[in-house]
Amino acid sequence: MILRLFRIRGGVHPPEHKHPTASRPIEACPLPARLYVPLQQHIGAPAEPVVQVGEKVLKGQLIGHAQGPVSAPVHAPTSGTVTTIAPHAAPHPSGLPVVCVTIEPDGEDRWESAPAETDPFLLTPREIGERVAAAGIVGMGGAAFPSAVKLGAATRTPIHTLIINGGECEPYLTCDDRLMRERAVEVIDGVRIMLHGTQATRALIAIEENKPSAIRELKRAARIDERVMVVRIPALYPMGSEKHMIQTLTGRELPPGRLPADLGLIVHNVATAFAVHRAVRFGRPLISRIVTVGGGALREPRNREVLIGTPIEDLVECCGGFAEEPARLLMGGPMMGQVIPWNAPVVKGTSGVIALTREEIHIGETRACIRCGRCVSACPVGLMPLEMASRIRADQFDGAVDHGLNDCISCGSCAFVCPASIPLVQFFNFAKGELVARKTAQDKSQVLKLMAEQRQARLEREAREKAEAAARKKAEREAAKRAEQEAAARETGT
Amino acid sequence: MALKIELKTSPHLKDTDGVAQIMRNVVWALLPVCAFAVWQFGVSALALIVTVTLACVATEHLFNRLSHRHGTLSDWSATITGLLLALTLPPGFPLWMAAVAGFVAIALGKAMFGGLGFNVFNPALVGRAFVQAAFPAAISGYTQPGLPGRFLEFIPTTLTLPFTKPLALDGFSSATPMGEWKFNGMITSAGDLFTGMVAGSAGETSALLILACGLYLALRRFMDWRIPAAVLGGAALTAGLFWFVDPGHYPTPMFVLFSGGLMLGAVFMASDMVASPVTPWGVWIYGLLIGFLTVVIRYFGGLSEGVMYAILLGNACGPLIENLTQPRIYGARKVRQNAGNRT
Repeated sequence: MILRLFRIRGGVHPPEHKHPTASRPIEACPLPARLYVPLQQHIGAPAEPVVQVGEKVLKGQLIGHAQGPVSAPVHAPTSGTVTTIAPHAAPHPSGLPVVCVTIEPDGEDRWESAPAETDPFLLTPREIGERVAAAGIVGMGGAAFPSAVKLGAATRTPIHTLIINGGECEPYLTCDDRLMRERAVEVIDGVRIMLHGTQATRALIAIEENKPSAIRELKRAARIDERVMVVRIPALYPMGSEKHMIQTLTGRELPPGRLPADLGLIVHNVATAFAVHRAVRFGRPLISRIVTVGGGALREPRNREVLIGTPIEDLVECCGGFAEEPARLLMGGPMMGQVIPWNAPVVKGTSGVIALTREEIHIGETRACIRCGRCVSACPVGLMPLEMASRIRADQFDGAVDHGLNDCISCGSCAFVCPASIPLVQFFNFAKGELVARKTAQDKSQVLKLMAEQRQARLEREAREKAEAAARKKAEREAAKRAEQEAAARETGT
Repeated sequence: MALKIELKTSPHLKDTDGVAQIMRNVVWALLPVCAFAVWQFGVSALALIVTVTLACVATEHLFNRLSHRHGTLSDWSATITGLLLALTLPPGFPLWMAAVAGFVAIALGKAMFGGLGFNVFNPALVGRAFVQAAFPAAISGYTQPGLPGRFLEFIPTTLTLPFTKPLALDGFSSATPMGEWKFNGMITSAGDLFTGMVAGSAGETSALLILACGLYLALRRFMDWRIPAAVLGGAALTAGLFWFVDPGHYPTPMFVLFSGGLMLGAVFMASDMVASPVTPWGVWIYGLLIGFLTVVIRYFGGLSEGVMYAILLGNACGPLIENLTQPRIYGARKVRQNAGNRT
């Protein structure tokens, strides 16, 4: 069976730079001296620590409890001692700290429990969701949204198609490619578990055509289940965007403000499928992941299987260190990744650690827009980036919103192609943040206004009540007086 | 002093094409056309091209000084305007008038709007339109190509002193193929038009050469190929319709395509990025409109040539076209309405 594919609008072809890491197998990384495991590695509420400083923990032991409906628990990546529970640099450009559980490994790497295999297909979909939630699995493509919440959506809306995103359209990144090539059977098992968990009728594993070995391996492994189909999709950035992957595979566009589940779809990353396989079949929580350590500044770019919490410093060290000083150190791919502090740890959503040289970045001097229209051709959403940018420059945020600012997916295709080096997507991200800030300020002032009005109303009511009470008392007094007088008059009259 | 801020937010990769590179390549693509003009018309054409280009660059520099801006000379855009403007003028055009044209092109066509990126009209054509109105006699004096002494002596009109009337072009003058058709009913052969051995403005005579240079730009993605395609398509369709109705009176579409300034205008002027729409549908509408207007002005207007005004009209309609052809946003059912008012 051949699936009909649909074209998406726009997109760009950045240089791939995948070769240095794609050709080598995944390697392990030595245990670092310290692991910094952040309690918040996901979208949603941070986990609550359940261990104490000085406590001995075993590999896979729960160290942070999920808080609230959208959250994920955190587990000890190896056995050792908790030395601190304190703020540490987070993998975020702000460099602001986040609370981390610091573990000093004892080198024994001893599991909390002996391995035990369960047949996932004997479990109910609900139990699968619970196991995924308990394993702390989050979307591993980078967004880090708790996976169990997505799987749980299937219990509310019927899901017919499970889409597995093996696009990996970001340059440099090859961690998903290597995972699919080396662990195809496990990935397919994870996909089948998710199919069972969502009760969807089919799974489409979409892989970009520039990964022929991954396609071949997964096709071979997928033979055991006719519901699972491997689809070869064009290599185009941003094909890995959820919206665009859905459009490519189904021809349908996600209406604004709707979730894929509203169309009966659910999208997960291949690495998430692998994590689900480990969690549900073997009861192993998410404590490690495959990270592409790449970029021109690295001496030995590789894919490494890394424990969550490993400092970037150690990771770079185990890849031979830097050949030259990097101009930028990123987490994620170069198109949407973020600059991170040197001492930040690897988290569940870290697909890559990329160290770029100055030549690789091509910083151009910003010039005037010559209206070449390349941004319009490149935008996968159908926006007019040049018009939006000129509005934002003039502080006309409403104008930018009219032009579709809120539909922008921040993929950066516009800024990538701009020959005038205008920071287009940077403008949009700034404006989005600014709009949120203004909205918050507005809400706050409205709340304050409401409170002031209520206070005024209360004061008035109190004054009125006081006056009324006084009037009532006066009337009572007068009535009593009158009654007295009348009584006196009656007395005198008799 | 401008503060230099290095952005450290994504995307961290950048396509290698830059504004200066695009513009430089347009200059490269124009050079063969200029060389051919010099070969055909001799030192006069060379003097004309150099004068106009210098005038444009000097004017750009002047306005940079006045507005305390830097570095816009290095983007080559003034050079392109100069070359293009020179190519649209008759080879024997008086040099002082040519310098005026160059000044007007940059001053009124570009600097007044705010410089590169803000001009509504193609600056070269603004300069051309100005001298068309100011010096109507001089701009219609065309010479034959390939005169024997062209590399040694100037066409007499070239060296006209400022503020004097040019001499008559006795012995040099020749009508353009468009003029021949319009005023005398004569048709020049398509072969001559294609290779360019005909009278005309300095750079508009060889359709073949212009097409080849345009192809280079389109292949290297320095030009939007859809615009010349739409202009030529629009002109061919309109001309074809007239020819179909009355083949005795109207020339063939081939003659219309390869004569006059249509090829130069379609390939190098209508495709000017700044003054053309950017929306996918808008590009086609804009090009077709220019092609249509060119033929209509040629057939029914007072002048024998219509490309210049057609493109200027097309430029004027650009914002409106762009507004009406906004792309559909992902997930939206309807095309945006009135979102694109260019300010």
